[in-house]
Amino acid sequence: MKQPLTALAEGEICKVNSLLTEGILRRRMLDLGLVEGTYILALHIGRKREIAAYLIRGAVIALRKEDAERIIITNISKYL
Amino acid sequence: MGLTAFSTGFEVARNRTEDFDDSEKKIIALAGNPNVGKSTVFNALTGLKQHTGNWPGKTVESARGEYTHQKNDYVVYDLPGTYSIMASSAEEEVARDFICFYPHDLTVVVIDATCIERNLNLVLQILEANPKTLVCLNLIDEAKRNGITIDIERLSQNLGCRVIATNARDGKGLDALKKAISSLTESDGAIISYSPVSYKPYIQRAVDCLLPYCAKLSAGKLNASWLALKILDFDESFNISLKIHLNENNIDETLLDKAVQAARTYLEDNNIDENTLHDDIVSQIVLHAEELYLSCVQRTSAAKSSSRKIDKYVLSKSVGIPLMILLMCVVFYLTITGANYPSELLSALFGKIETVLLAFFVRLNAPSWLTSMLVEGVWRTLGWVVSVMLPPMAIFFPLFTLLEDMGYLPRIAFMLDPYFKKAGAHGKQALTTMMGFGCNACGVIGCRIIDSPRERLIATLTNCFVPCNGKFPAMIAIITLFFTPASLASGVSTALSALLLTALILLGIFITFGASKLLSKTLLKGVSSSFVLELPPYRKPQVGKVIVRSIFDRTLFVLGRAVMVAAPAGLIIWLLSNLTVGGASLLTHAAGFLDPFARVIGLDGIILLAFILGFPANEIVIPLIVMGYMAQGALTEISTMQLGTILVQNGWTWITALCVLLFSLLHFPCATTMLTIKKETGSVKWTLAAFFIPLLAGIIICFAVNMIATQFIF
Repeated sequence: MKQPLTALAEGEICKVNSLLTEGILRRRMLDLGLVEGTYILALHIGRKREIAAYLIRGAVIALRKEDAERIIITNISKYL
Repeated sequence: MGLTAFSTGFEVARNRTEDFDDSEKKIIALAGNPNVGKSTVFNALTGLKQHTGNWPGKTVESARGEYTHQKNDYVVYDLPGTYSIMASSAEEEVARDFICFYPHDLTVVVIDATCIERNLNLVLQILEANPKTLVCLNLIDEAKRNGITIDIERLSQNLGCRVIATNARDGKGLDALKKAISSLTESDGAIISYSPVSYKPYIQRAVDCLLPYCAKLSAGKLNASWLALKILDFDESFNISLKIHLNENNIDETLLDKAVQAARTYLEDNNIDENTLHDDIVSQIVLHAEELYLSCVQRTSAAKSSSRKIDKYVLSKSVGIPLMILLMCVVFYLTITGANYPSELLSALFGKIETVLLAFFVRLNAPSWLTSMLVEGVWRTLGWVVSVMLPPMAIFFPLFTLLEDMGYLPRIAFMLDPYFKKAGAHGKQALTTMMGFGCNACGVIGCRIIDSPRERLIATLTNCFVPCNGKFPAMIAIITLFFTPASLASGVSTALSALLLTALILLGIFITFGASKLLSKTLLKGVSSSFVLELPPYRKPQVGKVIVRSIFDRTLFVLGRAVMVAAPAGLIIWLLSNLTVGGASLLTHAAGFLDPFARVIGLDGIILLAFILGFPANEIVIPLIVMGYMAQGALTEISTMQLGTILVQNGWTWITALCVLLFSLLHFPCATTMLTIKKETGSVKWTLAAFFIPLLAGIIICFAVNMIATQFIF
């Protein structure tokens, strides 16, 4: 099932399906290694889910809700 | 952001390097992701032989250092930390243009051994551009501790370039690094052949259209297919830099333009748009990096990074914010109490020198007005500013840099981002605001960490809403004198002052949010831009180095600017207070002129004049007020008790005190900050805005408070 990254709960892992972003933000996300099939693990969901920290290719990256919503993911499962 | 030919990194890199004669030296570019210890490697290589500044025309920091190894001289250019060289920011442009167009002998890419996979992305991009590259695998000890085993031999083989493991903070592997640099810069033969990333067939075909021209363009210095790929990748800033490069080398663009057209038509015919092409290029690089990572790196599954365990608490809802407030309180407490003693010492030292200077002028038989002007005017003001300003900065900045070095600051940005987002601002503004407590000028420079121009301007313009170190002593004195009854036990009254000061600080923060919101709805309208923030692993801070660096980079820098404005200000203040017209000094006349307006906002003419004359440095506002009341010709030091008596004698009530506190929090930034804002924004308009926004807020609030207090309470 395709869902936005914001649907991921703390401690869950998923795979990137596609990016709905354009321009510079799209380039930045690609630079972080967010290509199709990349695993994302949600480490910390911040206050009111406004911001969250994810483990992406070995680095911890924080994304705002608005930006995370535009990352479409699949294959959500529990990690550990 | 309008890109002109002159703002591009290429132009910048060239101008930057023209200041130095590097002809006899080997030129090394140092690249890498942010937070990989790149500057540690740079410092370890070059020691104190460094020159820091900006890439001209850009607010991107640059550092250039030199070292000698086995009688050869090397110049190291520390490129800005970037995730890629595909140029989505000013930093990346600078890095990319240096790597592509500036003649250099070797690029050293520093990568973080604890986060190899993401770092390899940049390595591959740089290797693609120019195979004269060396990888410095830094933080190798930390990787070991985290249970990461790296097959360095294999990594080197699979990458096709030398890989040197280092732990730069304790100097491990640096000799090997220097040796590798020297062998790679001496002979080309030492480079292991690089096996390129294989792109999708359609990309290869499009590249082939351009290859013949690119081979000519690159002149063997750059990889021709990479150049072709970059030309195709719809990167406007790259193409601008390229055109400049072509013009300089008298290469005809028209043939190239034709070939580009042919390649583009080919892509269009195959329904390949900008996004698809870029996605496919990047995906190939990322997947290649992943493959390399999987083949060379092993993690023991039990080892979970300790940073993540710490973050469980530090970022949690219950512990995170209280811990942050506590830490900041500790920093302020240490700064304010710790600064007292060195301040007194410095002040005494300046006093002694003053006596010597006086004696010297007397011996020279200098006219007494000149002696007074130079010694009591210029020297005393200068001494005052330095002795009040230096100690708190020398304590605050190292403490702040320690938190930075530990990796705590991005966590603050993470926790506070939701609040700043509501105000239309950037989470990293939390950090620049905190730096503002130390010094607004530093806070303004710190705004560079915010990459979107809109949010950076908001942070710049609202930085002075938090009081800097220079304002604290006056605020504390006034609070103690007017708002804590003398009948209280000393412990209680200290606590009460601390509480009131905190309230004032909170008011400043509250106004920062308000002003940010207002700006983002009016002058700086726009949608909040994206927010990508890396939370690097926690690291043990390098205490000694942090202290040295923060004193050199921040404290002395600000002090230098402050001294530059304090000396002439001392002269002006002396002239105003010593030149008389009609029996009264110019100072008295000016104060009299300002008085009616000042009364409306709860101050008086002398106070307002003191704030105006205190433009060079807020530290001298209280001494100026005293000087005005006592009709003296120079600043004099007095005790808090005496200060209270003088103020009350001159008609101060608690309303005056409150208005002075508020106006002190809210008026124009000091001269050093204004100078910095002008340099950072490059715009007179925004500099003026930074002047008038807080001033207007101050006038309105003081007016309201004064009106309400006098009308309704008395």
